[in-house]
Amino acid sequence: MLPNMSLQEKSQKTAHPSGDNRFKLLDRAITKHQGRGDSLIEILHVAQGIFGYLENDLLIYVAHAIKLPISRVYGVATFYHFFNLKPNGEHTFVLCMGTACYVKGAEQIQNALEEHHHCKFGQTTKDNKVSFITARCVGSCGLAPVAVLDNAVVGKLTRDESIKRVEQMRNSVKATEQTVQEVVV
Amino acid sequence: MTIEDLQELSEQEQQRQSEKKHRILYCSAAGCVSCGSDNVSAMLKTKVKEHTLEKECEVIGTGCMGLCGEGPLVKVQSDNILYQNVDEVTASQIVESHILNGKRVEKNICDTSAPFFASQTKIVLENCGRINSESIDEYVAALGYEALGKALTEMQPHDVIEEIRKSGLRGRGGAGYSTGLKWGIVRKAHGEQKYIVCNADEGDPGAFMDRSVLEGDPHRVLEGMAIAGYAVGASQGYVYCRAEYPLAIERLKLAIKQAEKIGLLGNRILESQFNFRIDIRIGAGAFVCGEETALIASIEGRRGNPRTRPPYPSEKGLWGMPTVINNVETFANVAPIIRNGSDWFSKIGTEKSKGTKVFALAGNIRNTGLIEVPMGIPLRKIIFDIGGGTPEGQEFKAAQTGGPSGGCIPNEHLDLPVDYESLLAVGSFMGSGGLIVMDSTSRMVDVAKFFMQFCMDESCGKCIPCRVGTRHIYGLLDKISKKKATQDDLTLLEELCVMVKETSLCGLGQGAPNPVISTLRFFRHEYEQLLQPVETYLGGEVEVADFEK
Amino acid sequence: MAIKTLTIDGDQYSAQEGETILTVMRQHNIPIPTLCHLEGLSTVGACRLCVVQVEGIPKLLPACTTRVEEGMVIHTATDKLKKYRRMIIALLASEGNHVCAVCVANNHCELQELAYQVGLVRVRYPYLFPKKSLDATHKEYVMDRNRCVLCTRCVRVCDEVEGAHVWDVAGRGINCEIVTGLDDAWGKTETCTSCGKCVMVCPTGALFEKGVTVAEMEKQKGFLKYIITARQKKEWVSFTDGQ
Ligand SMILES: Cc1cc2nc3c(=O)[nH]c(=O)nc-3n(C[C@H](O)[C@H](O)[C@H](O)COP(=O)(O)O)c2cc1C
Ligand code: SF4
Ligand code: SF4
Ligand code: FES
Ligand code: FES
Repeated sequence: MLPNMSLQEKSQKTAHPSGDNRFKLLDRAITKHQGRGDSLIEILHVAQGIFGYLENDLLIYVAHAIKLPISRVYGVATFYHFFNLKPNGEHTFVLCMGTACYVKGAEQIQNALEEHHHCKFGQTTKDNKVSFITARCVGSCGLAPVAVLDNAVVGKLTRDESIKRVEQMRNSVKATEQTVQEVVV
Repeated sequence: MTIEDLQELSEQEQQRQSEKKHRILYCSAAGCVSCGSDNVSAMLKTKVKEHTLEKECEVIGTGCMGLCGEGPLVKVQSDNILYQNVDEVTASQIVESHILNGKRVEKNICDTSAPFFASQTKIVLENCGRINSESIDEYVAALGYEALGKALTEMQPHDVIEEIRKSGLRGRGGAGYSTGLKWGIVRKAHGEQKYIVCNADEGDPGAFMDRSVLEGDPHRVLEGMAIAGYAVGASQGYVYCRAEYPLAIERLKLAIKQAEKIGLLGNRILESQFNFRIDIRIGAGAFVCGEETALIASIEGRRGNPRTRPPYPSEKGLWGMPTVINNVETFANVAPIIRNGSDWFSKIGTEKSKGTKVFALAGNIRNTGLIEVPMGIPLRKIIFDIGGGTPEGQEFKAAQTGGPSGGCIPNEHLDLPVDYESLLAVGSFMGSGGLIVMDSTSRMVDVAKFFMQFCMDESCGKCIPCRVGTRHIYGLLDKISKKKATQDDLTLLEELCVMVKETSLCGLGQGAPNPVISTLRFFRHEYEQLLQPVETYLGGEVEVADFEK
Repeated sequence: MAIKTLTIDGDQYSAQEGETILTVMRQHNIPIPTLCHLEGLSTVGACRLCVVQVEGIPKLLPACTTRVEEGMVIHTATDKLKKYRRMIIALLASEGNHVCAVCVANNHCELQELAYQVGLVRVRYPYLFPKKSLDATHKEYVMDRNRCVLCTRCVRVCDEVEGAHVWDVAGRGINCEIVTGLDDAWGKTETCTSCGKCVMVCPTGALFEKGVTVAEMEKQKGFLKYIITARQKKEWVSFTDGQ
């Protein structure tokens, strides 16, 4: 954070650091919502879509843009589990912990993964390759147990299969610079 | 567009379809997509092209065909043959053998006379798996928007409400409040603006009915909302959809665009005086936002904290204005009721619970997937006839309905008719329709603990009984499951459950103890088996509160 | 305004339409514990201490948010309600780190007072001993989250009366916390006017003035009524605490 600076300076400072044109995309979304405070959640969705996660400066930027108290923006961002305030690893392994998946043994998969890869769910592997995340029902219960691997749903998982998949992710070469997707909500 | 234009569009599309010799449908809902239906559909399309069959044969993605556990599913509509577990090889055989030579691919044929299909009654899902979920023309050809036309031209708003009330339709989101009465209250309430909100937050873990409807037949929901808008005098609607359903959101967006383009949403719908717009709001991963007042807070861009009712949203809802909030499935029932009349609808089901209910079958059951059955059907029939029983014939133990606010139904209550009142009577709850089957391998204390952890994680934290109470109930269950608890702990657990249920602010806290209460009611011995005999218990007395002055 | 008649614990009372059950009870000095409610702030019905039983209604209703209706028959102190209130205070005691003997608010604490009022003698729930932070970066005040009961009075007074909205609730469920800004130091926020309203309305020793020691932090809540009357009626009435 940037202390000793007026709010306005701050927002100008954060506006386009290094001419980051991702902020232009964000601005466009804010304009589309006419800068209304009640569109906070929509705008946070867009911001996370563009930047990957919600950094402190980004939250401040949003707060100023839609004229909301910073604590309120923070309160909303921390209430909803979909919003990340920290960056994820290169890959994500989202294990469903919904009822159907639980009944079908998701917990055993969790334990196996945590043990084999020395990483608890909710954390990222030391090499920063894979973030282990749990979710509450991804809505493919018919295929339980289910995980979402980098946005692809994989059903009828087994322990061995999941360990193997994570190994593949960890061995993969770093993806090239992520392209900024245009996210319009 | 006028009613006549709509009629014409419908005829044109029917004509177009009848000119095709074959319609090959593949399920493009989330379940089948995750077992690789994309490759299957690509193969189908390649083969059709390869054999220059494009003129006589179309390949179409549809909504959920129901039998998610056996996906990917492909259907040759013209011959009414359903194929299961289709891979790329089978896909090419379907085109080259079945379509070209009339020789069916026997090994993958799914027996559609089996009870899984034969015992169902489809209203909400009538189009799911039958029409192209991304085509408004196909929806219109399947009598879509006819009900909206009928309402706008032949009925006064209060007639619409009366029709819905007489049909006996009750909310499918959980509590089962009469939809007609709810609309009537909103109609009468004062407010310059009124809103229609579709609750598509479907947070119940183990349920995917609403998702399937949104992905497979999004126009049906939009039509239901528009009819509601006309009935209560609202011009704006919102669909609040959970972020975990990207495909549903995409399909909804597309559907809204399509409907706006041909004047079925927007200003002067079907050249009447009725204006109605629908926007989408996306949730952000909070189960409690399915609760109607929390949902309102969330749409308004705030933390999803519920508030005390009254006032109910029907009087003071979104931005303080009268608001109808209904579940996806509730809205999906509206168009057929208006189209076919309330008498038709109220003939289905039981005296107090009319129509059908969609259930998502999951857990230790052979046929996992989506089913729609008339209200009042015995649970046994759902689990053993339609669901095919447990997969390897293990002993059935209990079925769980109502998700984290629901309860377990054991063997001895299997002949219970499934309707709102009967489920309540055995301490369960209709909920949104997740039905999880557990067999003898499931430990009921663990099941209760699982649900309590869910509620604890999802508690918004506003009120004390739920915020702290669920934490302690979870702690006690954990202690019991680890065999460290005593009879005293069990007593404490029971007292806490009742207190949290009675004093919590919203339905989440009020319902959270239900899984514990219900497993205690039917499987108490499983708890007692895990208790420590008092003598050997070595844990210290909990500290006494230090409130001394 | 129509007059409504109602029965509370067997006695008949009359009330204005639109008044809450709590208002009527306070007018007639019928005791009932409250925590999240504070005259002058919006009501949230969150602590659930004031729940009462209304005949004919299966659910318990909070007196602070429920409006009177003609013919209501209300029970405010049944054994069950008393027990629930004890349990609620016990839950609060187990949730935070409340060590009265060393607390600045000892003897002036509403939580302590409530514990006596509901007759809490022993907490049967295991203490959760949460790791909470203490923020002493503000030049005049301190926030000790160990003693916070999440009543949100500070959030509301800052937003509704002072208009600064420095505070808000962050997180969810058992992890909820009252924060300033992006959960950073209170002393760093540019929006705090140092008016001290949050400190005065805080029922416990979570918010207090720098420099006070054990049992010295007395809170004056009279200012709220004073300000609100002044704003609404343009009447500046004497500023003495009702207590
Ligand atoms: C904790 C909680 C979660 C809920 N989740 C949902 C949900 O996901 N979908 C839904 O339709 N209703 C949900 N409800 C019920 C809604 O509050 C509301 O009753 C419902 O949307 C009304 O629609 P209906 O009358 O069509 O059922 C939930 C209620 C509670 C208390
Ligand atoms: S019952 Fe739970 S979810 Fe509902 S208001 Fe209370 S804390 Fe929030
Ligand atoms: S700091 Fe005090 S006023 Fe604020 S929520 Fe905590 S206990 Fe209530
Ligand atoms: S419970 Fe895992 S997908 Fe629904
Ligand atoms: S004082 Fe009524 S709920 Fe807190």
